Formats: sequence, C-alpha cells, structure tokens
Amino acid sequence: MVSLFFLLIVAVALAAFAFGRSRGRAFVGGGARLHSLPVYHGLFLATLCVLPMLVVLAAWTPVAPRYVEARTLAALPAELAPQTTLEKEGRLREARLVALGQFAGTPDAGTTVAAGAYAGARTEAEVTLLVLGLAGAAAGFVFGRRRLAPDFRARNSFEHVTKVVLIACSGVAILTTVGIVFSVLFETLRFFARYPWYDFLFGLQWSPQTAIRADQVGQSGTFGAVPLFAGTTLIMLIAMMVAGPVGLFAAIYMSEYATPRVRAVAKPVLEVLAGIPTVVFGFFAALTVAPFIKNVGESLGLSVASESALAAGLVMGVMIIPFVSSLSDDVINAVPQSLRDGSYGMGATRSETIKRVVLPAALPGIVSALMLAISRAVGETMIVVMAAGLAGNLTFNPLEAVTTVTVQIKTLLVGDQEFDSAKTLSAFALGFVLFFFTLALNIIALRIVRKYREQYD
Amino acid sequence: MTDIAAPPQGARRFGLSSAEAQARLRRRHAAEARFRAYGIGAIALAAIFLVVLIGDVIVKAMPAFTEYRLTMTVTPTLEQVSSDGTTDPQALRSGDYDAVLRRGLQELFPQVTTRALRRKLNNDLLSSGAAMTLRNRVLADPSAIGQPVTIEALLDDAADLYLKGLMTGRRESVGQGQAQVTLDGEDVVLTSSAPDFARALAEVKESLREEAAADRREAARLTAAAADVAGDQREALQKRIADLEGDAAAAEARAAAADAPERLTADLPSKLVFINGGIVKLTEIGASEARGTVLVPLANTDAVTAGGWDILTLTQPEANRRLDDQVVAWLEDLKQRGMVASHFASRFFTSGDSREPEQAGILGALIGSALTMLVTLVLCLPIGVGAAVYLEEFAPKNRLTDLIEVNINNLAAVPSIVFGLLGLAMFLNFFGLPRSAPLVGGLVLALLVLPTIIIASRAALKSVPPSIREAALGIGASHQQAVFHHVLPLAMPGIMTGTIIGMAHALGETAPLLLIGMVAFIVDVPGSITDAATALPVQIYLWSDLPEPLFQAKTAAAILVLLAFLFIMNGLAILLRRRFERRW
Repeated sequence: MVSLFFLLIVAVALAAFAFGRSRGRAFVGGGARLHSLPVYHGLFLATLCVLPMLVVLAAWTPVAPRYVEARTLAALPAELAPQTTLEKEGRLREARLVALGQFAGTPDAGTTVAAGAYAGARTEAEVTLLVLGLAGAAAGFVFGRRRLAPDFRARNSFEHVTKVVLIACSGVAILTTVGIVFSVLFETLRFFARYPWYDFLFGLQWSPQTAIRADQVGQSGTFGAVPLFAGTTLIMLIAMMVAGPVGLFAAIYMSEYATPRVRAVAKPVLEVLAGIPTVVFGFFAALTVAPFIKNVGESLGLSVASESALAAGLVMGVMIIPFVSSLSDDVINAVPQSLRDGSYGMGATRSETIKRVVLPAALPGIVSALMLAISRAVGETMIVVMAAGLAGNLTFNPLEAVTTVTVQIKTLLVGDQEFDSAKTLSAFALGFVLFFFTLALNIIALRIVRKYREQYD
Repeated sequence: MTDIAAPPQGARRFGLSSAEAQARLRRRHAAEARFRAYGIGAIALAAIFLVVLIGDVIVKAMPAFTEYRLTMTVTPTLEQVSSDGTTDPQALRSGDYDAVLRRGLQELFPQVTTRALRRKLNNDLLSSGAAMTLRNRVLADPSAIGQPVTIEALLDDAADLYLKGLMTGRRESVGQGQAQVTLDGEDVVLTSSAPDFARALAEVKESLREEAAADRREAARLTAAAADVAGDQREALQKRIADLEGDAAAAEARAAAADAPERLTADLPSKLVFINGGIVKLTEIGASEARGTVLVPLANTDAVTAGGWDILTLTQPEANRRLDDQVVAWLEDLKQRGMVASHFASRFFTSGDSREPEQAGILGALIGSALTMLVTLVLCLPIGVGAAVYLEEFAPKNRLTDLIEVNINNLAAVPSIVFGLLGLAMFLNFFGLPRSAPLVGGLVLALLVLPTIIIASRAALKSVPPSIREAALGIGASHQQAVFHHVLPLAMPGIMTGTIIGMAHALGETAPLLLIGMVAFIVDVPGSITDAATALPVQIYLWSDLPEPLFQAKTAAAILVLLAFLFIMNGLAILLRRRFERRW
C-alpha cells in the first residue's frame, strides 16, 4: 500500500511539473517576459503538491498500525479479550494471517471476528491515507497554480524550498543522535525505576533470568553489571595488547622506512584487513582460533574454556590493527619534516629519531588513536557474540570464558521478548552505558587531536 | 665576526675511531636494525593473519560447493504421486514421492528385507530434497508417470560427508594372500595365505594402545582439575578418573597380548572386507583368520587370489560417527557400481535456508541483503549528498552548523549495535514497522553509513576548485544553480566512491540487524521490502552456530560469497577513483 502511495507521489509530481512548465511556456508564448525559467514554474508546483503528501505519509505511518490494532482487539468478544501482552500479540498475528489468507489450519471464532475487523480497519486506514494525501496534493496545487504568473519568482521560491530540504538532510544527523539518546534514555529510566541504579553499576552478580511463573523461586534476576564491564575490559585489553604494538609498528614502518614498492604491497594488506566484516572475524575466532588455543593450552596442561577471552581478544586485536595503523600513520606523517632533519643533523640514527623526536611529537595523536581503537573494541559485537561466553564470570583469567556488554545486549534482545520486563530494559541500560562511554572516549580523542594539530599548522 | 666559540670547559671529547666508539656505533646500528625488524614483523604478522584467515575460510568452504547425487531410475505410478488419481497439478503436488523413491532403493538393494534395515535404507541414504527433485520432474512433465524416470537424487548430509572423506579417515589395503571364504551360519569366516589378518590385528592393538594413552591423558587432566573443586563435584570427578584408569588398564592388557584375537566393538575403528562383489564387516580378528557379518551379499564363496580383495579401515570408530557401517557399505557398493557421483552444488546459490544442511542455500539471504541495500542506498545517498552540499556550500558558520559537524563526527564512531537499539526502540516499537523486514534493516543501516557518506561527499565537494563556482556565478547563475549544475556533477565521482565504500561497510554489518529481528529462520525468498527476510552476514552468523559439519562448510562458503561482493564493490570504487578522479 505504502509503495503504491509512493508511486502516486511520483505520478502527482510528474503531472504537476508538466503542468507548471507548460504554464510557464504559455506565458512565454503570450509574449510575456518571465522572471524564472518555465522549468522552475514546474518544479515549484511539483514541490507544493508533493510536500503535503509526504507530511501525510509521515503522520500516518506511526498512527495507522495502532488504529488497526485497537480496532482488531475491540472487535473481540469480551470473554476472549486477551489478558497478557503475549496473548494479545498472538491474537493479532493470527488475525493478520487469517485476513491475508495465509493462516495454516482453521482459526477459532474469536480470531475470525478479529480478522474481519482487522481487514476492515486496514482498508479504512488505507483509504484515509489516499484521501488525505490526494487532498493535500490538490490543496497545494490550487494554492501554487494561483501564484504562477510571468513575474512570479518561481526560482527563488523553489530554491527556498530546496534549501530547507538541504537543511533537513543535515538535521538527520542531529535527529539520529537525539533518537539514539531518547530511545536508550527512556528505557533506561524505566529500568532504573524497577531496579536501583547503584546495584546495576556496582553489583557483582549478573543473572538476568527472571521468573516465568510467579511461584518460581530463586529466579528474580539480578543485574549487577560489574562482571560485564570486567569481561569487556579484559577482552579490550587483550585486543589492545595485539593492536597497539602491531598497529603502531606497522604505522612507523609504513611512514618512516617503507619504500614505495613495500608500501604498495603493505597498504592493500591493511586495507583488506580493515574491509573484512566482523562476522567473518567472529567465525574465524570461534571455529579456528578458539579450538587452537584450547588444544595448545591443554597440551600444556592448562584448563582452557572453549570460549576463552583470549581467542576473542586476539582476533579482535587483529581486526583493530588497520584502525590503529591508519590513524597513527596520519599523525606520524603530520610531524614536520624539519624536526626529523634537525635530529639527523645531530647524527641520530633513524630509529633514534623516531623514538626520541617523532613519537614524542606525535604522542597526543597516537594516544587519541589508541582511545578511538579502545572505543571500537568496546563496541565491537559480532566477534564476542560468536567467540566469547554468555555467563557473567567475574575473572581476569584470559583462559576462562567471560561475557561482554555487547554480547548481553544482543542476547537479551534477540528472539521473542516482552517489552516490559526488567530483562529487556536492562539491555537498554547497557546500551546507554556503552553509548556514553564510547561517546566520551571519542570526544576526548577528537579534542586531543584538534589541540595537537593547532601546534604545527 | 670570525670569533669561533671556544669549547666549553670540561666538555668530553668523543673520538670517532676509538674501539669504544666503534662498539657504541655497532650497538646503535644493531638497535636500528632491530627497530626496523619490529616494523617488518608487524606488517608480516598482519599479512600472515590475512592469508591464514582467507586460506582457512577457503579450505573450510570447499565441501559446500560440491554435492553427491545418486543416479537412480524410478517408476512413479499414478496412485503414488497423485492424491486423487488425476494428473491435476494440485493433486500431483501433494503426492507421496517418498514412496516412489523407497521402491527405487528397494530395487537397488533387493536383499534388504528386515524392517529395521529397510528403514535405515529409506532414511539414512537420501536427503528429503530428493523427493522434491522427483516432484518437480513429474510436475514439469506429467507424461512421465508410469514410465521409468532417471533422476539425480541428493544424498543425505551424513552420506555426503562420508563420500567427501570428511566423516572418517579411510585406509585401503589390498589383500596380499589368497583368501578363502567359508560360511558359518549367519557369519562369514575369512582366511588368507599371507599375514593380512595378522597385520590387521596389529593395527587393532595399536588403536587400543592409542585409546589407553588418550584415557590416561584425560585422567591426568581431570586429576589436575579435581584439585580445584570440592564436595560432590570432586567425588564425581574422582569416580570418572577411576573409570578412565580402569578402561586404560584393560585396553593396555588387551594390547599387550599380541596374538590374542580381538572383537571389533563399535568403539574401535571398523574394518570392511570387499570380496566377491560383497562387503563383509569384520567382528573378530585372529592372527590367521577373521570372522565377520555380511553387509552387502557376496556373489559366491569362491577362493579369491591375491590382489582380488581389499580391506578398508574406517579410522573413526562407528560409535563416534553419524553414519554406521551398514550405510557406509551401501555407499561403497553404490560407488563401485558407479551410481553416486560428485556434482557442482548449484543448489547453494538457488535455494533458501533449510533445516537440512544439504538443502540449505543462500539465495534468500542474498535477496534479503539486496533489498536491504536498496533501501539503504535510496535513503542515504540523497540525504547524505544533501547534507554534504548544505554543510559545504550553503551553511553559515554558526553554532548550529558546528553542532551538526560535531554530531556527524561522533555518529561515525558510535558502536553499530547502538544503532540496532535505535531501530528496535524507534522503528519497531514506536513507528510499528514490521519486524525482520529489509525496510527497517535498510533504515538502520542508512543511518549507520550516513556519516561516512557525508564525510566523503564533503571531501569531494571541497576538492572542486572555487574557480568553477565563481565562473558560474560570474555569468549570472544563482548560487544553487552554480552548485547543482556545475560543482556537484564534478564532485560526483568522489561521492560515488565514498558511497560504494559506505555500502560495502553496510553490506558486512551484522549486529544492528540482529536486534531488529532479521535473525529469524526464513525459508522463503523475500519478495518485497516488508517481507520477513535475513541478510547474508546474518545468515553466516546463524549457520556458524549450528553443529552439523556441512553447515560449517556452508558458512565458510557464504563468507566467500560475501567477501567476493565486498571485493567487487571496493574494486569498483578504486576503478571509479582511477578513472574519473581529476586533479585540479
């Protein structure tokens, strides 16, 4: 239906454009001197017709499903009225399938009634969309047509609209941030209304399983996130121990030593590494690296979990190498050549120059690169989902299984969930922590970079 | 003006030729070489990892690109394939094609008569997809009913893995002596004039020794682990350790008695003897003779000359594999008859997901990814370019534009899973858009790659020299005409390059799609952007979780397809840059 509406929008736009342009040409034919080209008359009219239709669609999209849902539920006889959210969703799903003729089996009486109401409400909603949309387009058309005249400043009006659209496009970035903040903030506040925030931030036990039935014991669910923060930190540290030195040395070699021939080989290697999706790294970590580490560890007489933090951390470290090296490469290249020349002039070797002059000069940039890499490691999901564990062990032994913030968000939110349980809401609280932690790291890192750049530019 | 500063008092003088100075220089040069080696090492490490990663995926993927099929001739009868006795397509669709295949298998192995064996023959050899193949064949050509039809029936995944050599190691040895076959009730007794069976017995003793050693290692490991635990757990562990030690001692005792006959139980490697056109599974081996049960009947009991018979050892014990010796014998028999052969598995590219590993394909995931990418592209290209044009060309320098710029830079570094949370809370719960749909996936990914595209587009716009803009303005174009008619077209190659790289990033993104429900098991290929669908990287994630080895191969194969797409996209971006980039 919505796609049909989009087609309608395109058709209306084309028609209005053609009409406006022909009007413009008619003015020219009538011997008048136009302020704007006929094309702009067409564009102006088309814009005026399309904008109301888009507004109607944007308003309709969130409202219509709710209306259809409410009508469907209202149609159910009182004794069949659903008591729980789960029952309600099941009933709605069945009604939809029956209405679409995709229901396998025979629906019961309540569902049949609901399906009838569903189909009716849906038709009403769709007709409303069409009528309102076309009415808006017609109003825009009438309004615009009246304004078309030889001395009408169609180009200026159209350019004004264009500018507003462009501003709206840039506003999407702000809207996204606002959307993220609000979507995690509200759910987080709801979570903290049920569960004290200090227990969440400082509690030592993570077991989000809540009781399915009220009479179950020992299943109340505790949301102490410290084991998750510890696990995330452990894996991040392992990753940084790989990515930090390797990435930094790769960057130093590429910018200070490598001949163009070496660079022509090494640069694509790092770029390909950077382009590999994380799910591929996750597959490699879970199916190749983890068993390998387990075998090696056991042949050395150590007990290694099959989902050890070491495997996930090592592979994550490799994933971040190109990130560290490309950022460090930039800052090392930004160090002025005069500093190096001065050092060589004093008789220093290349490595001495790098260690005593270039790296200290690039230090703020390198620190910020490492901070960005840390924020990347903390927010990385697929590698840890596939290769790290699920149980919240509070340990710093890299051979044991630990879990991370991202793994828990994914585990709590994938699959069927009731949206009102503390279990689901806790995932948003974790997302909130993750978002603000990475945001803080990024802001600090960008500040450092900016401050540092000012010294040499 | 010619004053030369006198050396400060007390300054040390360095001789450049003294032995001390030479040693110092050598040390410094060695440090230089070491430092340089670290750099080379770092790059080599990254390169080695890349090679190992891709090599590992390729090796793991290979089995997924071939499949074994059984070429068999069956005769579908009308009462079997039609539910109401007519050739109406609706009736043909619900026919019992399994019955046709069952009869076909029965004809291949007429000697299988017991119920248990028949069930095994019907269930363990062919995939459920074979009936599908036959059904499509009959639906395409109903006149084939009642006629013999030759079809290539897909084998079950366990049988397929066995034939690919992935289920167990196989060792064939040709019989060195003349073999005698004697029937003894149900059993067959084999003797050889050469020490064939003595050698086989020695192999069995060797596996017993290995088994004992493995038990001892495990016991030692558990002993170490038992030190850390207490109470019931410790008791259970100690009992397990005692059991293991007992097993190891028994196995060692058996292995030590060099000539004592051995019974080949299910936890020892199986030995199958191919003789007189039949297959015998050895149950007991002595130094000079072996006793076994018949898995595929022998044509006769004549003596066989040296070289005319073989012993096949399956190194994985029967108890540890999904396919028992009887089915292996049938497969070997079919292979000798030339009826099973390996084919290219085009099914992998033309079918959707399935619970049966041999039937699963990536078409559904590919289409899902394509639809998602379409939505992403349609949304993020105009919005991204619009935002870039505004910020680069029109925006006044004020607080708001500063805020927007900071925002864009920060969004580029927000973890992708947070975008999943946004999609879940906003698009699914607030706007009520359908779960698992490419529409929502595309929306989320569009927001995710928007910063990338804006940043790339701004760079491209910035690289267009101001003279172009000024020339346009100079001959009377409005500001917008100058930008849209002159600057933007010149910046387009750079914008396209950035967009392609952004789309490649979106194509590989998994985490946000998990949260908006694109992880459901979906068999059907999605037809529109509101149908439930999955995407290629999500399919990889889903398959990698499944225990069947063939699914792991398919995971790796799907990764190869994904990487191929990414390489093509990035290659295209590089090509565009090389071809159209202009240096002003």
